[in-house]
Amino acid sequence: MFEKILIANRGEIACRIMKTAQKMGISCVGVYSDADATSKHVEMADVAVHIGGSTPTESYLCGDVIIQAAIDLGAQAIHPGYGFLSENPDFVDDVLSAGLIFIGPSAEAIRAMGLKAAAKALMVEAGVPVVPGYHGSDQSDDLLADEANKIGYPVLIKAVAGGGGKGMRFVEEAGAFQSALESARSEAQSAFSNSDVLVEKFVRKPRHIEVQVFGDGDDVVYLFERDCSLQRRHQKVVEEAPAPGMTAEMRAVMGQAAVKAAKFVNYVGAGTVEFIVDGSDDFAIDSFYFMEMNTRLQVEHAVTEAITGIDLVEWQLRVAAGESLPVQQDNLSITGHAFEARLYAEDVVAGFLPATGTLTHLAFPEDIRVESGVRAGDKISPFYDPMIAKVVSHGPTRTIALKRLAKALALTEVAGTTTNLEFLGALVNHTGFGLGEIDTGLIQRDIDKLIEPLAVTAGHAVAAAMRISGLNRPKFMSGFHMWQPLSQSVSLARSGLLVDASVEVFSPDRQHWNIDGVDVVAECFNGKWWIDGQKAPHVTINDSVVTVFDKYGIRFDVIDALDVVTEAVEDGDFIEAPMPGLIKSMFVSLGDKVSKGDRLAILEAMKMEHSLSASRNGTVVEVLANSGDQVIAGAALVRLEDET
Amino acid sequence: MRLRSKALVGSGLFRDNRAAHLKALSQIQVAADFASQGGGELSRARHLSRGKMLPRNRVSNLLDPGSPFLEIGATAAHGMYDGAAPCAGVIAGIGQVMGQDVMIVCNDATVKGGTYFPMTVKKHLRAQEIAEQNYLPCIYLVDSGGANLPSQDEVFPDRDHFGRIFFNQAQMSAKGIPQLAVVMGSCTAGGAYVPAMCDVTIIVKNQATIFLAGPPLVKAATGEVVSAEKLGGGDVHTRLSGVADYLAEDDGHALALARQAVSFFNRIKPPTVKWQCSEEPSYDPEEILGVVPADLRTPYDIHEVIARIVDGSRLDPFKARFGETLVCGFAHLKGCPIGIIANNGVLFSEAAQKGAHFIQLCSQRRIPIIFLQNIMGFMVGRKYENEGIARHGAKMVTAVATTSVPKVTMLVGGSFGAGNYGMAGRAYSPRFLWSWPNSRIGVMGGAQAADVLASVKRDSIERNGGSWRPEEEATFRQPTVDMFEKQSHPLYASARLWDDGVIDPRTTRDVLFLSLNVALNAPIEETRFGVFRM
Repeated sequence: MFEKILIANRGEIACRIMKTAQKMGISCVGVYSDADATSKHVEMADVAVHIGGSTPTESYLCGDVIIQAAIDLGAQAIHPGYGFLSENPDFVDDVLSAGLIFIGPSAEAIRAMGLKAAAKALMVEAGVPVVPGYHGSDQSDDLLADEANKIGYPVLIKAVAGGGGKGMRFVEEAGAFQSALESARSEAQSAFSNSDVLVEKFVRKPRHIEVQVFGDGDDVVYLFERDCSLQRRHQKVVEEAPAPGMTAEMRAVMGQAAVKAAKFVNYVGAGTVEFIVDGSDDFAIDSFYFMEMNTRLQVEHAVTEAITGIDLVEWQLRVAAGESLPVQQDNLSITGHAFEARLYAEDVVAGFLPATGTLTHLAFPEDIRVESGVRAGDKISPFYDPMIAKVVSHGPTRTIALKRLAKALALTEVAGTTTNLEFLGALVNHTGFGLGEIDTGLIQRDIDKLIEPLAVTAGHAVAAAMRISGLNRPKFMSGFHMWQPLSQSVSLARSGLLVDASVEVFSPDRQHWNIDGVDVVAECFNGKWWIDGQKAPHVTINDSVVTVFDKYGIRFDVIDALDVVTEAVEDGDFIEAPMPGLIKSMFVSLGDKVSKGDRLAILEAMKMEHSLSASRNGTVVEVLANSGDQVIAGAALVRLEDET
Repeated sequence: MRLRSKALVGSGLFRDNRAAHLKALSQIQVAADFASQGGGELSRARHLSRGKMLPRNRVSNLLDPGSPFLEIGATAAHGMYDGAAPCAGVIAGIGQVMGQDVMIVCNDATVKGGTYFPMTVKKHLRAQEIAEQNYLPCIYLVDSGGANLPSQDEVFPDRDHFGRIFFNQAQMSAKGIPQLAVVMGSCTAGGAYVPAMCDVTIIVKNQATIFLAGPPLVKAATGEVVSAEKLGGGDVHTRLSGVADYLAEDDGHALALARQAVSFFNRIKPPTVKWQCSEEPSYDPEEILGVVPADLRTPYDIHEVIARIVDGSRLDPFKARFGETLVCGFAHLKGCPIGIIANNGVLFSEAAQKGAHFIQLCSQRRIPIIFLQNIMGFMVGRKYENEGIARHGAKMVTAVATTSVPKVTMLVGGSFGAGNYGMAGRAYSPRFLWSWPNSRIGVMGGAQAADVLASVKRDSIERNGGSWRPEEEATFRQPTVDMFEKQSHPLYASARLWDDGVIDPRTTRDVLFLSLNVALNAPIEETRFGVFRM
């Protein structure tokens, strides 16, 4: 086994790898960019090396620098994590030629699977099913119709040069083929100046199901499937294992197909074979098709770990160190069900735009697996993937695992940046998802419902206002009054709108709030506050932002009563000399129309020239001084009247 | 020693007492509620329509959230001026701003434009007196038309009239007690000196004005026509005249600026007493209403009250076996050490000597003293006069008058005759003096006064050879009895600021603590007693 390895990555995955490696007694070298100098993976590493600037091209993609660091610090192997250099075969070559071990597959395997079209062709050769289709250059009508028949309806006609749905036609049955072909061609011609089309099997209810494989050079096993159908714009959001509705027969067939694919490229280490499955077909064993193979450890590997009880990073390290697969296929089995939700700093409502900011608060429930590369106080920088954490739940059944995930998300507390937490919450509570009715189009179809803002109650505003005013921790004798309680206002806002909040404090244990006309009682029992009969939510405050941790975090803004610009109230009729001096120039004369800000005169005083300008629009009705005049402070120089 | 209550909580007598006290209390609540409404619905609506905050909201929003508010004279001027000046047209009290105890004096413009009635002046001066004695920064929320002209002879010329307000401001400023004004409305004539005499002044634009003479007077005097805003508005005073220092957008902004100003007062409380952890009394203060007889003439053991005020109901009784009609002892009140002097009957010579001794002890140790006053007077009669009760009483009065420790007086029953003096009545400048609704105050009881007057009258009639029939005597006595009854009532007393307010007896512990805590803003000086007549 290795003494020391270098992890050529950052964030969550770097931390994840170190956790296992350190548990195995392996010393870990971390690498970091400028932006990551104080990040969590640097803190976790036994030793860390600075490798360059903040952008990935200046640091995490600099293979030569990383390899040199590994040599300098005596690391025997490099773990690439995912992303960055993990699927770069040239880097693998460089690692090997430097005399180090690459913890992952061979460069050849990566190259073979790297080009998607070539990989598909390779899989056809290996006997792994791919989406049936015709991609030939012969574009005669008859041939295309013939191919469509061979593929089997329904089919999809797509422009070869296509994109964005242009030149794409769905064809239900043979009779409709010709007219669809013609209209697809003409649309393709006008859109791309290329009328060539291809014909593909139409997958009615596509599901993204992938199989985890693991090879040691001699043998390959499969660690069952993961369903990653919950996606938006090809970005996975929630993954689970096993796939809902999966049959034992289908699982075995797909598993064997994946093993076949891996073996075909002499795959070593952890890999994933992605398939598209037609969800409308009740897992008929001929309804899955190879999409691609990911030649690395994947983000969602944790769900596989949860149901198999295997530490995939441990396997990676052991196999890379020359051991054989620790377990044979027959000894692998599935225990229960697992989910993973990806918590991102992103603005869902604005269209899933990445968000940045400082995580002023970050807390997860204790009893759930959380993989995170950031801590409270860390910045989500614009340089890298804005993932905050993966929350992984496991349970004896899908229902229980999902409920545990839902609860964990409800108890997750993030403040300081916009996140997709509320969206994840909506997703795990989605009825169809709960029933296992999933496909890759689910999010897009139900997006409006999924991003519908949750109702914020007066009680939430009370929790925020209590924190802002310090009334959550009342002082000695708080609320003492003689005959009438005092009504006090607290300034706060929600989504840019002022909240009208006032409170009557009756005692240290009792407050009567009024929020926009709604009465709410807050009471304290045994040191714990109850608002409107509900246990008061946890609240954090940072600068002017208050976050109430209920409904996935509700943000309120503190209003600073001093943040008011008070303009002097002048009618602006007179332009006066601010100090005694000499009128150097007078630029206006009777009847001139002037605009606010126009220069009207120059006053020379104390050897300085002061420009005097109009404080509003108007017409000059009097000029009371001329250039060369000596004037006293406050002397009126020009009089304006409103324009008529 | 932990006090043991002998009261039967829940007994018939307990319930009757409680019912009677609650009835007396509701009378005060009604009066206080009326006072809190200022000039009534119409003028409050008019005030709000000008974009102004109601005066009580100004006070509450100046204070820290949840801050206790020890209001002074909550029923001042009650029943006076035909009810024209609820709360005397000015709200006064002590609360916390940025964690600092301050005295707030807030004009109520809904009451006759916030003009100063005689009681308004008296209340304003009393608030300043409290501030000066206890080193409290003053915040004046100004919205007043100045002196109430029909009452000018009672508010302008004398020593303790309008001018004294500015004298006090200058005196306090000289002592380093910050003076801050927030001008939120009119501030005319003499009133203009309130902000002008302050260390720092905030003014609300397009709403507040400061001038010696308003536009009508200016026109009459010089013919100049000018708007109030141009004559003395916020812009003028912060830009041209320098009379004010900060320009505020509105009331809320002005109060925020005031809070900011207080945060830079840079004051700390001096070290005074040795605090310990606060402890609740073993007996519920709520029970005070049941254990204290409703009728003033029914004697009761004052220990029942003490047990419901002090920490752990514990008292270190001083000279318990000597002069037993005066209970003296040390205790803690919410952690603050106190000396308690409480009446448990008529004052005899021994009791007076014991009281003087105990005050000396407290003064020596700089422990604040709480007086629980329930006193019909000093004992009378040949034996007592001959043994020199006046001399012994004088010792106690001397000690009370000259001690430097903070004194807080609570009228928990009768306050009659020289007993009032010995027990730190108003004339002895306790830092605070509060009354229970059942308390009565007078030079003597109504019946005794009627007796005295009737006996003089009878002597005169009989000297002239006439005779006085009992019915005639009764008719003669009644007006005196009635007058004394009316004038000894706490609402009558409080209306005239003979005390700082009537309180709910159940809040006695809280009120005493807040009073003490306010008093401890000032250092406790060394006491120099006068000559004791030995």
